[in-house]
Amino acid sequence: MSAEPKDGNPTSDAHYDHPHSRRGFFTDTSICIGCKACEVACKEWNRNPADGDYSILGSSYDNTGALGADTWRHVAFIEQDSQRIEQARESGRKLVSLGMPQVGAPASGSSVASGTGSAGGGCGSGGCGSASSSDSGPTPEFRWLMSSDVCKHCTNAGCLDVCPTGALFRTEYGTVVVQDDICNGCGTCVAGCPFGVIERREDGLVDTPASREMPDTVRKPQDGVAQKCTLCYDRLKDDETPACAKTCPTTSIKYGQREDLLATAQQRVAQLHEQGMTEARLYGANPNDGVGGTGSIFLLLDEPEVYGLPPDPRVPTADLAHTFKRAGVAMAGMALATAAAFVAGGRR
Amino acid sequence: MVPDAQVEPYTSYYGRPVVKAPPWKKEIATYLFLGGVAGGSALLALGAQLTDRPILRRNARLAAMLGSAVGSTALIADLGRPERFLHMLRTIKPTSPMSLGSWVLVTFSTCAGVAAVSEVDRWTGSRLPLGPLRCVLRAVEPWSGVGAGLFGAPLAGYTAVLLSDTAMPTWNAAREDLPFVFVSSASLASGGLAMITTPVDEALPARLLALAGVAGDVVAQKVMESRMDPVAAEPLHQGTPGVLLKWTERLLLVGGLGTLVGGGNRAVAAVSGVALLGASACTRFGVFYAGLNSARDPRYTIEPQRRRLEARRAAGQTGDSITTVG
Repeated sequence: MSAEPKDGNPTSDAHYDHPHSRRGFFTDTSICIGCKACEVACKEWNRNPADGDYSILGSSYDNTGALGADTWRHVAFIEQDSQRIEQARESGRKLVSLGMPQVGAPASGSSVASGTGSAGGGCGSGGCGSASSSDSGPTPEFRWLMSSDVCKHCTNAGCLDVCPTGALFRTEYGTVVVQDDICNGCGTCVAGCPFGVIERREDGLVDTPASREMPDTVRKPQDGVAQKCTLCYDRLKDDETPACAKTCPTTSIKYGQREDLLATAQQRVAQLHEQGMTEARLYGANPNDGVGGTGSIFLLLDEPEVYGLPPDPRVPTADLAHTFKRAGVAMAGMALATAAAFVAGGRR
Repeated sequence: MVPDAQVEPYTSYYGRPVVKAPPWKKEIATYLFLGGVAGGSALLALGAQLTDRPILRRNARLAAMLGSAVGSTALIADLGRPERFLHMLRTIKPTSPMSLGSWVLVTFSTCAGVAAVSEVDRWTGSRLPLGPLRCVLRAVEPWSGVGAGLFGAPLAGYTAVLLSDTAMPTWNAAREDLPFVFVSSASLASGGLAMITTPVDEALPARLLALAGVAGDVVAQKVMESRMDPVAAEPLHQGTPGVLLKWTERLLLVGGLGTLVGGGNRAVAAVSGVALLGASACTRFGVFYAGLNSARDPRYTIEPQRRRLEARRAAGQTGDSITTVG
């Protein structure tokens, strides 16, 4: 059941007997260059099968399309003209004027909050080399938005809640992982995810459409079970950085303890607002949102739906207790209706 | 100067879905229907058992057993790894309607199966090779009937919770009233089946249950739609689901009127029963496919979410957005 966010660390819900720090990603899309190295590194490390038939989607440089059973990182490409950019800035300014939760420096006027000693993984705010050096000058004529999407590892994870077998579990790092030897492929988690991340794998073999012969060691027959990003659970166990974050050449993907990443993310937003990029906003940083905050935080430069993200996701389990009550009334009604039918029908 | 940012009805990422439809095929819709028929039949069988209607009891018990057996088979066939179906019973998980439902189904099927085997044995003049188990079977038979009856309504209704407890826009938006639609549909379907299988002089309670189901179904579907987000309700009217749910209305009218007016006539009762079964199947398949379709167009995910987000913001409630500026 969706618990109210306590300290925002779901490992306590999972009853690990000693405290763990929650790990996550901070994906800063403002410095993503769309190289897709994360997609490749993820596929290689996790030995995920190719999906699709290498067709060109024809919409942009994104021919991956979406996250799925075989694609655990997906780089989105969006092309925008100056009007769209101005709309994005305006919607960002509106967020500020709405008084959205805000930590660090105010959006305009004062200097960027700094010197708080960000201990985030990889790269502290400002040290990453901002791709956009524009200060609050005129709106650019054109821009590309590039964003590497990934499983959100929600605090209140829909997939985890609805899984009937216990195949999905909360790791000691606060992430959500499928045990592929337990999953029986019922598919409920696919419907339970508000972000459309998890999917049932249909083809379990690492094979290309050209039917390249692969050695058996590369074959991982996991067809028919649900699959998604594990935040490289195996690498975390060995104190390694997840493959995507390790390979990201611009440190757009940062890995670390969530609280550190959150601080880094907040500083980065303040810095971008300072530079006039009022379109910058965080996604998943709020522990009071519909999924209790996410382990994977994103810095976006437009509304979430532009990137294919839901604008107001809500874990379905949040309403489950109420739905069960309604169903209980309905079931009692059915039993009573049957009883009444027999009473009215009389004894023979 | 750039004109005022006119927020478009909705934007999406190249029209691609935001949420993913579960990989469920017609087997699941078939189970929704059969589970309802089985659950309602077990309730009818229990009533018949308590009011001494042997033919209705026998037929309804067989229907409960067959419905749950075929339904379970359909469920297993739809799994990605059917050989692991017993993993459903590894744990009992209150947050997972699928988990609770699996336990309901297993308990129900066991009870319904025992009661039905005893009926078959009696029907065939005690010819089943049961040996000394026969007296055990006869002793547990009434209790099996009670057990199946107790789990009948939960079996008929839990699937509504299962569908609502997802991120599929149409199913989720229907959560308030879908359980009422499903138990009504189960009532009229099981009543209809008993009207086909059982002579009219024993089937009066089945006809009354069917009529109650028809009334409940008509009201619940209307109420459900009126309370849903209008955009999330759209898939109920489009494409195949739209056609199916239209047929639900027609068949409910035919079956309901037939039952009401000519339920005392065996032929009319049987035809009405067929219509009612058809109406229930159309409801289940219609709701099922409407939910799957609602996942495929991002509009059904984005527009209702945008609307509720803007409504909360307009009401000054800004602390619960997933998008923040810091």
